[in-house]
Amino acid sequence: MHKLLTDAPGKAMLLLGNEAIARGALEAGVSFTTCYPGTPSSEIPQQFFEISKETELFFEYSTNEKVAMEVGGAAAVSGLRTMVTLKLVGLNVAADPFMTLAYVGVKGGMVIVNADDPSMFSSQNEQDNRYFARLAGVPLLEPTNAQEMKDFTVSAFDLSEELQLPVLLRTTTRLNHITSAVVLGKLKPVKTKVVFEKNPSQFVTMPANARRMHGVLLEKYERAQDLAATSPLNQIIGDGRWGIVANGVSFDYVKDAVSDLGIWDQVSILKLGFSWPPPDALYLKFMSQVDKLLVVEELEPLNERELQALAQRNGISIPIQGKGVGNLSRHLEYNPGMVRQAIAEFLGVPCHLPKIPDLSRLPDLPGRPPNLCPGCPHRASFYAVKEVYGEDTIYPSDIGCYTLGIAPPFNMADFCICMGASVTGSCGFSRCTDQKVVGFIGDSTFFHSGITGLIDGVYNNHKFTLVILDNGTTAMTGYQIHPGVDARPLGVDRTQVSIEAIVRGCGVKDVHVIQPFKVKKAIEAIKAAKEYDGISVIISKEMCALFGKATHQIKKVRPFYINHDKCKNHRVCVQKLACPAMYLDGDHVEINSDLCTGCMVCAQICPENAIMPLKG
Amino acid sequence: METTRIVIIAVGGQGNLLSSRLLGEAALSKGIPCVISEIHGMAQRGGIVESAVLLGDVSSPIVSVGEADVFLGFEPLETLRGLGKCTRDTIVITNTRPLPPFTVAVGQGTYPLVDVILENLRTRVDRVIAFDGTALAAEAGNPLSLNMVMLGALIGSEAIPLKEEEVKDAIRNSTKKVFLESNLKAFDLGMAAVQ
Repeated sequence: MHKLLTDAPGKAMLLLGNEAIARGALEAGVSFTTCYPGTPSSEIPQQFFEISKETELFFEYSTNEKVAMEVGGAAAVSGLRTMVTLKLVGLNVAADPFMTLAYVGVKGGMVIVNADDPSMFSSQNEQDNRYFARLAGVPLLEPTNAQEMKDFTVSAFDLSEELQLPVLLRTTTRLNHITSAVVLGKLKPVKTKVVFEKNPSQFVTMPANARRMHGVLLEKYERAQDLAATSPLNQIIGDGRWGIVANGVSFDYVKDAVSDLGIWDQVSILKLGFSWPPPDALYLKFMSQVDKLLVVEELEPLNERELQALAQRNGISIPIQGKGVGNLSRHLEYNPGMVRQAIAEFLGVPCHLPKIPDLSRLPDLPGRPPNLCPGCPHRASFYAVKEVYGEDTIYPSDIGCYTLGIAPPFNMADFCICMGASVTGSCGFSRCTDQKVVGFIGDSTFFHSGITGLIDGVYNNHKFTLVILDNGTTAMTGYQIHPGVDARPLGVDRTQVSIEAIVRGCGVKDVHVIQPFKVKKAIEAIKAAKEYDGISVIISKEMCALFGKATHQIKKVRPFYINHDKCKNHRVCVQKLACPAMYLDGDHVEINSDLCTGCMVCAQICPENAIMPLKG
Repeated sequence: METTRIVIIAVGGQGNLLSSRLLGEAALSKGIPCVISEIHGMAQRGGIVESAVLLGDVSSPIVSVGEADVFLGFEPLETLRGLGKCTRDTIVITNTRPLPPFTVAVGQGTYPLVDVILENLRTRVDRVIAFDGTALAAEAGNPLSLNMVMLGALIGSEAIPLKEEEVKDAIRNSTKKVFLESNLKAFDLGMAAVQ
């Protein structure tokens, strides 16, 4: 049995924040779950995927976030409790249905979990998605620890049903990947099916209906604002004359800082868990009982501006500050020391800085950037394409492990902004320059948003080569299934969709399917694609080494070694492949047999044939 | 309750996250409040993986610069690189066996001598516990049990309020049978290395 199905109310269990959200959804009786995986939220759907094999819970990995929002939206409109999980930029993709779902409203509770990523540990920007609650006019809940990630999820479902409005549950990376004890509540049974009750005047947003439903949304906003002002999710802690307002993980930093500084008797904290619509009545009460106010929030100064505007409207003149105090800025995540220092500076209390050792005279330390794994088929694909297309070609790339093609020796990521832009970027570059263009996109990303771009390329007669890196899984986010894979090894029944058939169906005439570990043949196919006058697609098919090993689809193969009788130390292997299984021992290249997966790519490019399989 | 802030630095694949999780399980069973944080994602692809384990009366899931009480490094270069988390009073426990990054093999930088790394640690921190944990893991019968060796050393250093049996119970409860014996042996060897 999955551990999140443990039926033991009151038991404390060590849970990852994302696991706590999944458990909260189960305690709220969630019956319909969808997502496109994205770090830092990926572990939520991973739980649902496993749990759906054991229970009546419906779960799907949707082809992209917009699809996930619409599939989930239909269930919520019909009356099922529904959860959609996204990373920050995922909500950009799903923004279209999200905005108008707020107009039509929902019948079953609909919770949209949105994981922001201050400091961009695994994202291409650090947008503050609290803006999305404002943009759509939906309530925003923000937990501050693992326990609240579970509890607020339950509250979010209740709130959503009460207002008949989707609710945004917003986390940040630090909370998604926090682990601590969570006290379990009761599990609720799953409602599997409902009857959809037609009501076109509500659900069909023709202008006349949309005009009316916008009015309905604004009325719900008023009610939500009253609920926020009295919600137990917002709390005033302490009764000192120095006020601090904090949300999310910042609240934890504030709480620890006030303890460390020993100023609990002088401080009161407004802990914001239900921060949009703004709880004006509560804000006014809080401002009336403090002499000055510090707002601690990561990224944009949204609560700060809200409080300042409210104070101005009500003739309140206490100082209200946030960004710019100490090192509090709009850029990157906060940390406990930074928040402690800012509070001390704002309140004028002493704060001891830790004595950090002098690190100015350390020896030069070689970098350790992330890298493609040993046996990664992308490395072989990059090598083969580079041999044919060289340095001067423009290489638009996409979101996935293969973005790491940016690293030397390949340097094969010249443009990468969002899912699918490798294809559409290739369309643009091939028109605005006379340079050769080769785009790289992963299999899951191709399904997510590569297909429309490919059709654009065919239809508008653009000329470039697209390499679809088909490694049989959504590798970067933790090996999720996607439409192109055989899902049976993961214990579920899905219909596999052929990438090659889609590519041909889009009208591409020049299609090559290669196995990148067969280096010579791969290079021949890429040369043919380069000669073609139009759009060529190369489908480079080889399973992700880690995924294959984890699912026993790749049997242990024989690792290779370097025969030093033959090796003339050209170092073509390390210089051209930079495989992490290779290292320098004094002056010679060696292969770490624990790391080598036996992909044989290095053996095929060694000019002396000095790389050989280990015997035994 | 006293707060203990532990930072664990490792290279992707060395088992950092499991070791912080086991500390959490041991703390939970003993009734010590515990917050763990970790960074997933890109860092897994051969990069640096950092986790933090905070025990006691604390809410923040991360450790700021200069605030680690204990600093556990699974790889010597990364121990030195991460030293900003420490002060002179931090207890530093490090594996001495290098795992050179691929940048060294392609000629972008050289890996410092291990003695130079240790010298740099010792001039900046009063208590540095250093030993070849990778060799101990191999001795225990499983090269992948380095994380257990390091956990053993952490407990052996008596720097945190958790005892041998509490962590061993957590290991017993979460290890596949085939690895249990080697994991416990690795833990013992790590403990012995600091005593």
